[in-house]
Formats: sequence, C-alpha cells, structure tokens
Amino acid sequence: MKAFTYERAKTPAAAAAAVAGHKGGKFIAGGTNLLDLMKLEIETPTHLVDVQDLGLDKIEETAEGGLRIGTLVSNTALAADARVRRDYGVLTRAIVAGASGQLRNKATTGGNLLQRTRCPYFYDTNQACNKRKPGSGCAAIGGFSRQLGVIGTSDACIATHPSDMAIALRVLDAAVETVDASGATRSVPIGEFHRLPGDTPHVENVLQRGELITSVTLPKPLGGRHFYHKVRDRASYAFALVSVAAVLNEDGSGRVAFGGVAPKPWRVEAADAKMRSGASAVARTAFADARPTHENAFKVTLAERTLAAVMQENRA
Amino acid sequence: MKFETPAGANPIDAMKVIGQAVDRVDGKLKTTGQAPYAYEHKDVPGKPAYGYVIGAGIAKGRVASMNTAEAKRMPGVLAVVSAENAQPLGKGQMNTAKLLGGPEVDHYHQALAVVVAESFEQARSAANAVRIEYERGSGRFDLAKAKPGAQPLTGNDADTHTGDFEGAFAAAPVQLDQTYTTPDQNHAMMEPFATIAWWEGDALSVWTSNQMIAWNKKELAATFKMPPEKVHVRSPYVGGGFGGKLFLRADAVMAALGAKACGRPVKIALPRPFMVNNATHRPATIQRVRIGTTKEGRITAIGHESWSGDLPGGGPEVATQQTRLLYAGANRLTAMRLAELDLPEANAMRAPGEAPGMMVLEIAIDETAEKLGMDPVEFRVLNDTQVDPEHPERPFSQRNFVRCLQEGAARFGWSRRKAKPGQVREGRWLIGMGVASAFRNNINMTSAARVRLAGDGVVTVETDMTDIGTGSYTIIAQTAAEMMGLPVEKVRVKLGDSSFPASAGSGGQWGANSSTSGVYAACVKLREAVAQRLGMDPATAEFIDGEVRAGNRSASLAEAAKSGEIVAEEAMQWGDLAKKFQQSTFGAHFVEAAVDSYTGETRVRRMLAVCAAGRILNPKTARSQVIGAMTMGVGGALMEELAVDRRFGFFVNHDLAGYEVPVHADIPHQEVIFLDEADDKVSPMKAKGVGELGLCGVGAAVANAVYNATGVRVRDYPITLDKYLAKLPAIA
Repeated sequence: MKAFTYERAKTPAAAAAAVAGHKGGKFIAGGTNLLDLMKLEIETPTHLVDVQDLGLDKIEETAEGGLRIGTLVSNTALAADARVRRDYGVLTRAIVAGASGQLRNKATTGGNLLQRTRCPYFYDTNQACNKRKPGSGCAAIGGFSRQLGVIGTSDACIATHPSDMAIALRVLDAAVETVDASGATRSVPIGEFHRLPGDTPHVENVLQRGELITSVTLPKPLGGRHFYHKVRDRASYAFALVSVAAVLNEDGSGRVAFGGVAPKPWRVEAADAKMRSGASAVARTAFADARPTHENAFKVTLAERTLAAVMQENRA
Repeated sequence: MKFETPAGANPIDAMKVIGQAVDRVDGKLKTTGQAPYAYEHKDVPGKPAYGYVIGAGIAKGRVASMNTAEAKRMPGVLAVVSAENAQPLGKGQMNTAKLLGGPEVDHYHQALAVVVAESFEQARSAANAVRIEYERGSGRFDLAKAKPGAQPLTGNDADTHTGDFEGAFAAAPVQLDQTYTTPDQNHAMMEPFATIAWWEGDALSVWTSNQMIAWNKKELAATFKMPPEKVHVRSPYVGGGFGGKLFLRADAVMAALGAKACGRPVKIALPRPFMVNNATHRPATIQRVRIGTTKEGRITAIGHESWSGDLPGGGPEVATQQTRLLYAGANRLTAMRLAELDLPEANAMRAPGEAPGMMVLEIAIDETAEKLGMDPVEFRVLNDTQVDPEHPERPFSQRNFVRCLQEGAARFGWSRRKAKPGQVREGRWLIGMGVASAFRNNINMTSAARVRLAGDGVVTVETDMTDIGTGSYTIIAQTAAEMMGLPVEKVRVKLGDSSFPASAGSGGQWGANSSTSGVYAACVKLREAVAQRLGMDPATAEFIDGEVRAGNRSASLAEAAKSGEIVAEEAMQWGDLAKKFQQSTFGAHFVEAAVDSYTGETRVRRMLAVCAAGRILNPKTARSQVIGAMTMGVGGALMEELAVDRRFGFFVNHDLAGYEVPVHADIPHQEVIFLDEADDKVSPMKAKGVGELGLCGVGAAVANAVYNATGVRVRDYPITLDKYLAKLPAIA
C-alpha cells in the first residue's frame, strides 16, 4: 500500500473539490473493494477523501413517486428498506445475493456501482492488464476466461462488472445523481453510467474527475413480479456465472437485465420486447453480438435457461 | 515398546474415557481466542520485525536483475535478503523445489527475497518497490500435452501386475474402459503459513504452523546447515493443514533469513495467493480405468492407470493404490506415469492418492454396475474380498466393508433409488442418489511421549504431536486418563514442541492411533514406576478412580508422587503385523443430490457416511473429522479446481474468491455412523484413523448422485454445470 493522506469532507461539493484538487485523489466510502486494491497496489491513491460525514445515508420518496437512495446507504439498509422490499423486490433480492452480510453492512450504494472487476488477471500485478495498466495488454484473452465477459467486451478487455445490485438498478431504470467541484449536479441514466471497454478499459464510467455520486433514484414502482436468479458454482458468496434480473407481468411481458456476462449490466430493450415470445427469442436478441471464449460460451446458454427458469416461476 | 502381536485385554478396553464423546479440552481456548497461532505468539525475545516475501513473477526462467536500492531507502526497512546476499542454503529432503529461488526460477511465486521492516505495512510497501527483471524461459505447464512423455516409476510406485489383465479384460463379456480427469486442488486451510523466527547465537527458534515437528526440525537444520539440536520448533496450535503443512515452507526459511539479517525476531505470514503458487498442491490427474466382469457381475479384470505431473525430482499422485486392494478379481493391473511440469510443487493433500483415485474408481464402478444392470451396492458387495487380492495368503486385519454398504443402504433409504437416471422430478429439480466406497489404509508411525505424575495427582503428557484441528489434545488426554484411572480434567496435554519426545505427527490419518499408542506406551511405564513407588506389584496394580489398587491395598495416585514427580518416557514401535495383515479402514458414502433442470445448479440434499475404522477414540471429534472430509468431498466433486494458465504457468484463481470451497449453504445435514469395532492387530488402542477415510469416495458418491439425477455422465472433475448444461432436458 502506498502512503496517502486522508481527509473527511463536510459537504458533497467540498468532497468533490477535494478530489478534483488532488492529483491522485479518490473518494472512500465503505472501502470494501478499494482497500483491498490499495493493499495490492492496484489502486494507488495519494489522497483519500472520506465521504461518510456527508449525510447522504437516507432513502427518501421523490416527487415522482419513486425513491432517492443516498449514496452512503449501506447495501444492508437498502435491501431491508420496507419500501424497497415492497415495490422494488428485484433490488432487495439482487443485493442479498451478493457478497456476505459483513460486507453488505459496510458497502455503500455509490461504492457498489464503482467496484472494480474481479478478473483474476486484473488482481495479479505480474500479469498484463489494460484496465490496471493501460497499454500493457490483456492476459485474460487466451487465458482462464471461464468467469469473464461474453458480450460488450473488446480486444483490449473481456472483464465483467461484478455488481448484483447494478443489474437490478438497470432493470428498474434507475438514475445516478452526481455533483462536481463547482456544485453542478446531473442525473445519468444507469444504462449510460458504465462504459464499454473499447480501447480504454481503464475508463469504466462517465464520471469526471472529482465528480461524486450523491444518490441513486428509482422511478415510480413498476409493479409486476420481481425476480433475481443468480447462478454460481456454489450456493452463496460467489460472483455470478450469470444472473437474471427480471420484472414480469402476468401476461409474460416485462423486462430483463443480465449480470455476469458483460462489462456493464446487460440489458437490450429490443430483447425486452420479445419477452412474450419466450426465453430463447429474448436471449437471441440480447446476445446477438456475443463473442464468448471457448471457456465461457456456456454463459449464453445459461443466460437463456436461467431466464426460462424465471419465466417458468412467473407462470407458476 | 514394540507392538508385535495382536493386543490382548488392556486398560484401554475399560472405555471409561476412551470412546466417550468428550468435548475438546482445548475448545474453550479456541472459542475465546486464547489459543495462540503461529503469528500471534508473544513469547519472543524482543520486538519482532515484519517480513514480506517477494515471489517470482514468472514460472520459469532467471532473475536478470534485482534492484533493491529504492526499497532499502524506504521508511522502516531493516533488511532485504535474497539469494544474492543470503548464506548458502541446503535443501531439505521433503521438498522438491527450493524454498528460496534465484537466480533460477523454478515456479511461479517461488520466494526470491524477503523485505524486513518495523511494520507489516512498511515491509509490504517496500517489497512492492523491489524491481526485478526476468529472462523468461519456456516451461511445461500442460499435463495433457506432457502425458505422452510421462515416465514409469520404481519402488512403491512401480507398475503392478497380477494374473493376465489384458487377456482377462479382452475376454470379459462386460467391459468398461473409460478415461477421467481430476484437477489441481489447493488445501485452502484457514491459517496461512506463518512463522516467527529468531536466532540466539547459533541456535534457531521458530513459532510456526506445521503438522510434523520432528520433520520440520530436521529440514530446518538441513536448510541452514546446522545441527538439529540447535533448532527449536514449536507449533502448539495449527489452523488447518490438510497435508500442506507436512513440510518446511518458505515462511519459516525466509523468517529465519530475515531474523539473521536484522538481528531480531522476524514474523511472516504468507499472503493468500502464496498459499497456492508458492506452496504445494494436489496435482491434476488423467486416469484410465478398465473393468471386466462376468455376466453375473464378478470382476475378472481390473486395471487402473494414472498420469500426473510435478517439478523435476518430484513424485506422482498415487491415484491407483487403492485399486490394488479394494475389490476382488484375479487379473489386475495398476500403473502410474509421472510427467515433468514447471507448475508449482505437487505434493500431499488430504487422502493423497485416494481422493482423486477413489473419485475415479468409484465412478467407474458405478458405470460398470449400470452396464451390468446391477444395483451399485450389490455389485460392490459381490466383489468384496477378505484378503489382499494380490497376495491371497494375506488377510485383512478386519474388514467390515460390506456391513458399511448394507447398513448405509438401509439407513439412507437406498431402495427408493430409481436405477434408471433422470426419472425423479420435484418441480424443476431432478433428484438422484449416489453411493461410493470409502477405503484408506491404516499406517502406523513410531511415536513417543513423556508422562509426568505430579504430587497434586495431575498427569502431564508431553509429545511433539500436533493438533491441526483434529482433536489430538483431547484423545491424548483421554488416553492418559484411561491408562492412569483419572478423569480427563486431571490430565494436561502439551503438544507441538520439538523439545518433547518425537511423535508420529499429523498426516496420513496415522496421527490418532500412532500418537495415542505412544502415550499408551509411556503410561504403561508410568504405571510400573507408580506401582513400584507405592510398593505394589506392577503386574496386578489397577488404576481406577484416581487410586492404585493391588491385592487388598489401595493408595491415591497423588500419593505416589508426594515425594517427587514421577516421569516416564517411551516410544511405541511397530513389528510386522502390518505385513502379515492388510490394515485398512472402510466406509460407504451415500448422497442425494438435486439438479435444477433449467440452470444446472446442483444442491446436495442429504449425506450419510458409514465408517468401519476400528475403535473410535472419541465419537465427537471423529465425527467432526468425517463431516469435514465429506464437506471437502463436495468441494472436490462440484467446485474445487485450480485453473492453470497453460501459457504463463501458474494457478490463476489464487485466492478464496477464485478458488471456491463449499460454504454453509452448500452443505446439507450430514449423518455419520461408526460401526462398533476394535481391531486388535493394529495397536493396543485397537483404533485406526478416520481423517482421510471420510474424504475417500465422497466425490464419486456426489458424482453418481448427479448422474442418477440427470442421466448425463461427467468424467472430468469438478462437475460444474458448464459440462452438462447443454445435455439437460430441453426447456419449455
């Protein structure tokens, strides 16, 4: 771990200014991912701005009938919120399918969206990784890729985004609200928040330097039945091979986002339109551009079959 | 004392303490955090400095240059030690790879240097500032590619031939010929390799985490080219070993080098990735099994071949050894081939040989039974043998294998199993049952102990035996209590110190029987000394309820030591009973598994093991051993695999996020039944081991249950859903 300086910001804009003003500045909230990466010197911030005093830890109702989730709301608190459980069940189910109770107590809403990939080559600093060290190459391509992405990847990077929560947020059409050093705010639809790797896999989202996530908003409840089915090699405490977040109506229509398959929550609106035609039609559209490796081609089949399982439960 | 003839009646038979489900005597220390592990000891001369080990960033090649200038200037740094400035080291006999590499690199994460600093964080940070340039060499990392060049072995690992295998197999009306693979696996114990080392003059002391104190002492002495008497090894508590801690590892060597360089105690714990690529692992195998039977299901030919790899000079995974003994059949073949690979060192992991060998053999048996249209329990029963099939004149000392199968089948409700796979559904779930044999040999090792009777009537046992979570403290206390006629509370047990008499150590499931036999021997001697001190006839003196009784006299045990402590030391050694009788342990595993017909997710729903392993010294700790092993077997069957990067030569998933072992949610209710046995030909304890027996065959029972559920046979472990998903029933 590199030596770093540390401060606790008092307001969101001051936090944003503190990070913008320090080359090598970074926000820290729960630290469940950042601290591990600092120990490995994959992340080497020179200045940490702690955002835990900003008061952004509440869940409030919005004028539009949705919810505004403060960026510091813990994963545990968000999953347990009665309004979330009642109206956004897919979100609760996704969150409790991730990590462990201890980690969820510490992990935050904003931090969850910003967690880095779990690609093992990213974690091993002896290996080439364009995400960790731009231009160094990608050791994962041609290597152990069973867990890695099948769609939205590039010749520079085949890593996936590991979040479960973000898959549910994507299917709910959440928006990410931010503030920058000047105090200016903006709202980014979740579907536009994470970037595909292209030639710059180290750039993972649209946040500008010093821009701080202040909250995540949920539109008014969708209704329907909510599902989150996460498939992994063991029953708990593992990243998804494939996960399916779905909100389905009685007539079989609805929407779906896939996790464990892409560098961002994977949702294709044209595929949603085919929900009533069955899992195969949806998967064909959602994964039309899939470029799996020989080790992870099964994920395309698994995504279809997991969606079929969810549809079967919806019918049951 | 030498055990040369079958045990007659002896004080252990009273089973007032032995055989009872005594709580762990060290349980409270562990659950309240008072049992110190290697890294936590405070009994160290001076404030320890912290070492951080630098591992090779390539698998094969040379260090072209190592620049330590920046690291040495960093705050708190006391020393940087590498092959360049370390004293010339010897190598112990039990490791294949050198524990300090450089300039040659033999495997990924081989230790190349240690940075010592005032704090752990300073040491780690400075280690990251050491700049190493490599000349990358070409290595061999792919077992399948290396298989054609794999070489036969000699000695115990040589090919075995009985009768005419090829002829009998060719002539058999029912034949199975299949090839299977098992992956590289990691011990993944909770406590990492950790050591605190210091020098006092030319003497070296270590607090470490190791299963075999006497081996460790010898290997440290050989490494530092010093007399073993100058080495003091202590390892009183070990947070899991599973064979990974049988041998000296880099933590101890690098801590000792660091301590020498900075003149202070140095503590090192290896980071998790080093547990995989720096240390040892169970190697992958490719196995071929051929079984020929009569139409009625009698095995006429059984052949088992296995290929594995290791660094040059290493050894094979002895995956075929149980096939020599488990089933009858006049014509037999086993063969192992060893390929040279430049992956990290392959070595022992719990049930070495049996774990992957039985995984494969017991699927093959299931497949053969299916070909015959026979129930797999019946097929196994039909082919039981009471003698060593290669040497029919040599009987088993005790073999209640058939009872394990039959009692297990009855308890498990095996009769409800549908022979035809893929027939039982509960909603989306496909349900299946599987069975497999458990079989591992008993091994006895010389084991010594010292026992002391103090004036307060407390008996203290001292032996360098280790407790790696197995319950050694408890069964040793029970043994001494039984022998001396005391309750367990009146016995103190001190373990894991090389200043104590050398024990069998913990490995090969020999620890329980051997170490308690050593304590038995020492207690026999102590009883004699006590009787003499009390003026009683040692031959007739009885030790009951804290008293010594002979004829019409009795005295309290404490009274014997009023005038001074009585000390006895003795070792148990072994005659040739193991040659005359095949000594083994047996069991049967039953598993019910459910497979989601849509997603392929597998859930083990019920598990039962029935074990026949001689006298069970403590049913509570023995059960813990077996359920732990069953859990490991589920991991081996369904998820555990070190992923090899065949280009760069290392295990990629080198942490506990990537190398998945079962979590609580994966493990259902586990039932364990021990047959009531006592094997008088193995030891005065009449006990054998269960720690590895519990793992033998579990993976196959899971695999056979998954097959019975789905009808899709997977022959490459682990049985992950990607290997059968496309063959599951079509989805609606």
